[in-house]
Amino acid sequence: MRRKLLIAIPYFWLLVLFLVPFLIVLKISLSDTAIARPPYTPTLDLSLGWAGVKDFFSQLDMENFTFLTEDALYWKAYLSSLEIALVATLATLIVGFPIAYGMAKAPSEWRPTLMMLIILPFWTSFLIRIYAWIGILSNEGYLNQILLWSGIIDEPLKIINTTMAVYIGIVYTYLPFMILPIYATLEKLDESLLEAAEDLGCSRLSAFWLVTLPLAKPGIIAGCFLVFIPAIGEFVIPSLLGGSQTLMIGKVLWEEFFSNRDWPVASAVAVILLLILVIPIILFQRNEQKNREEG
Amino acid sequence: MRRFTWFNATALTFGFAFLYLPMLILITYSFNESRLVTVWAGFSTKWYGVLLHDKAFLSAAWITLKVAVMSSTFAAILGTMAAYALVRGGRFRGRTLFSGMIYAPLVMPDVITGLSLLLLFIAIGMDRGVTTIVLAHTTFSMCFVSVVVSSRLATFDQSLEEAALDLGCTPFDAFRSVTLPIIAPAVISGWLLAFTLSLDDLVISSFTTGPSSTTLPIKIYSAVRLGVSPEINALSSIMILIVTVGVIAASLVSKRSIALQKADEQKALQQ
Amino acid sequence: MNDNNGNTDFAPWEDPAEKPLIEFRNVTKRFGDFTAIDDLSINIYDKEFYALLGPSGCGKTTLMRMLAGFETPTEGQILLDGQDMAAVPPNKRPTNMMFQSYALFPHLSVAENIAFGLKRSDMPKSEIAGRVDEMLRLTRLEQFGKRKPHQISGGQRQRVALARSLAKAPKLLLLDEPLGALDKKLRQDTQFELMDIQEKTGTTFVIVTHDQEEAMTVASRIAVMDAGRIIQVATPDRLYENPNSVYVADFIGEINLIEGKAEPLGDKLTEIHWAEGEAPIIGTAPADLAKGTACHFAIRPEKVAISSERPETHANAVQGQVHDIAYLGNISTYHVKLKNGQIIKAQAANNRRLSRRNFTWEDPVWLSWTDTAGVILTQ
Repeated sequence: MRRKLLIAIPYFWLLVLFLVPFLIVLKISLSDTAIARPPYTPTLDLSLGWAGVKDFFSQLDMENFTFLTEDALYWKAYLSSLEIALVATLATLIVGFPIAYGMAKAPSEWRPTLMMLIILPFWTSFLIRIYAWIGILSNEGYLNQILLWSGIIDEPLKIINTTMAVYIGIVYTYLPFMILPIYATLEKLDESLLEAAEDLGCSRLSAFWLVTLPLAKPGIIAGCFLVFIPAIGEFVIPSLLGGSQTLMIGKVLWEEFFSNRDWPVASAVAVILLLILVIPIILFQRNEQKNREEG
Repeated sequence: MRRFTWFNATALTFGFAFLYLPMLILITYSFNESRLVTVWAGFSTKWYGVLLHDKAFLSAAWITLKVAVMSSTFAAILGTMAAYALVRGGRFRGRTLFSGMIYAPLVMPDVITGLSLLLLFIAIGMDRGVTTIVLAHTTFSMCFVSVVVSSRLATFDQSLEEAALDLGCTPFDAFRSVTLPIIAPAVISGWLLAFTLSLDDLVISSFTTGPSSTTLPIKIYSAVRLGVSPEINALSSIMILIVTVGVIAASLVSKRSIALQKADEQKALQQ
Repeated sequence: MNDNNGNTDFAPWEDPAEKPLIEFRNVTKRFGDFTAIDDLSINIYDKEFYALLGPSGCGKTTLMRMLAGFETPTEGQILLDGQDMAAVPPNKRPTNMMFQSYALFPHLSVAENIAFGLKRSDMPKSEIAGRVDEMLRLTRLEQFGKRKPHQISGGQRQRVALARSLAKAPKLLLLDEPLGALDKKLRQDTQFELMDIQEKTGTTFVIVTHDQEEAMTVASRIAVMDAGRIIQVATPDRLYENPNSVYVADFIGEINLIEGKAEPLGDKLTEIHWAEGEAPIIGTAPADLAKGTACHFAIRPEKVAISSERPETHANAVQGQVHDIAYLGNISTYHVKLKNGQIIKAQAANNRRLSRRNFTWEDPVWLSWTDTAGVILTQ
């Protein structure tokens, strides 16, 4: 009895506050915009009985989805979200790998401290960490001040409100998600494998290519997904650092909802975004499962 | 025999500089005299004073704290129950859907979670305010708690529970007197995680908030959109300081308890 | 010199004209304050199966890692074929190593593991596959070439590691506790396999082990090490019968040690006074000792005879009481307590299947041995 209750309470909670909201989004994405409250039709009127249900379903259509394909803004936003997420993921990998590698090579008594230093920023507010970069990257920001003062440039670089700033923001905030899984695989790496490679004629560099990298692959893949998946739907970074130029789908959804108050279109945007996310999520799950089976 | 080279040292130095310099600059400029944040005009703590007298910020901070304490406590309870159901619940109908609903929110973009919850609250005609934010935060952070707790539950020896049952406990007694004390550290870290996630959340709060319940991130976001300001610098510095002290204290406490346990084991061996 | 060694065919260390393959010249290795290897000099000859034997932490692994090139000596020189190896990195040395953990690359198949070193040598690509097949045949792994290391048994992994390190036909193969991870039965089979392969390939093997039985079985010579120094280098039989110190005598096999003071009788015969009221033990010393020199008389249990009556023929006889009996099947070991409380072990073969046991607990017995059965040790 108690066991049933133990399962039933969280189950019920998630059904009502996670699954049902989704079904509502799905339903609204098939509805029409209306100048009313709530601003869409049809609404389910159960007082009419079975006829009301039938009437309700007959009014749902794919109109909003057709609209999304017709207006270039939306598919450009999806594509540019994917592109930004992809480039930012690669950049995070390039920045994160040497750090994870250095941590794994560091003396073992340092490692807990280094781990804590990587995790600490994760606990501090995401918003504040993005905010810190506004002061650095803006036209009269600290970066431009230093570069102008040292004579490297004559005119301030325009970084804030460009895609570049979004890349910097994503790399900065998601770096721990890249470092931790890579560090976990490198830390487990048996040093005698590298000695064996050297003993069999490898230079240190080729031992790195032939042994370290292939064995770190599961961690690299996991880290890339952990950055790529949330980056696609990112809202705060493009809205604070990217300015009006940067097109990302999370921002489009926000504006569709809050500025245009077009709930059906916003819902349709959300449904498509989810469909896009399903692919990398399934690939990520497979990678994790494979690692668990082999490890 | 690990070779820590110059390359490794350089990577770590640059990496940590990249992670920490922005925050250090932020803290430094919170002590700037001038309102123009990019020009240094001498040391001053006046922005902290301004902040402490800003009623809107203080009330937003109070609301945020209330929301975080409530939602993380609910999330810890529900998340632990969910983890227990997943790891120890055996087979039950709808288990796949259940585990799907636990893992999906972890990868769900905030904009979608926020939008869908708002549409639910509107559909059932619920007034938006602190309650809706707490419901929303509890929902997504209970999933994080359940992941943390279930990884602890999965590694813990089930024969301990069986021993308790064998010695006459009811299943509930066994859970309370054996399982719970052992998974307590995971539940506490889950609670802390839920607490920070709630403190930090902007997007979901923005969707589910009502007119009288502005949280601190919403307040910061609307201020920041207008550009850098010294009050926000001061506020950020305070928040960074609190988190840093908290994390370091937590790690020292856990280090100390491990050291104490080791010392006890040593003593026991010597006797 | 070669009195005990029946097999005189292979003993390059006895030939002054023979050049050693490896020479350690006064090698010292320090890690910070800790001296792992202390002013050590040894010679290892071509085609030898040389064992480094000692307890953990004695420096044997450091010695091997210096040969492979993973550590460099703090002082002294290591020569291979007369060439100083100091400046040669591990990947340029004509040596290969079989690691204690095997260090098989988990992402590569068995055949790819074996080919790994070949691909990095100047062997033409067309010949690599043939060489890999040859190594798979040598180690009886033909069916397993395509498997990954985690899909084969521990014994098979050990053979893959061996095949991989032999594939490049190194001048010198280093084996770091190669059989440590195998169970006892498999270990014994593999020891003979190793000797077989060493003979077939004619490679010089240097093996590091803490298992004296293993060293005795496989090695042509054994170097017994302690605290960074070599205590004795000798063939297994000489090491067993003529240990040069209490340390070696105690480390290799079982032995009874009796402490006493020497009194020479001339012609190397020596009396050892070991207890009040007991007749002195008569033994043979390696050299004439000064009167009163503190020494140990060391005798193997199987060289001590046990009887109920005092035997007339043996030079030495002591009386005691049976304290304990360990029945091991083929032999029985009797622990006999002497009057002064010392326990002496004596072994007797159980060559009859059904017989009344000769002695039982508390029986008074005589232990006896000849004057050449034991050795007198002063170190």
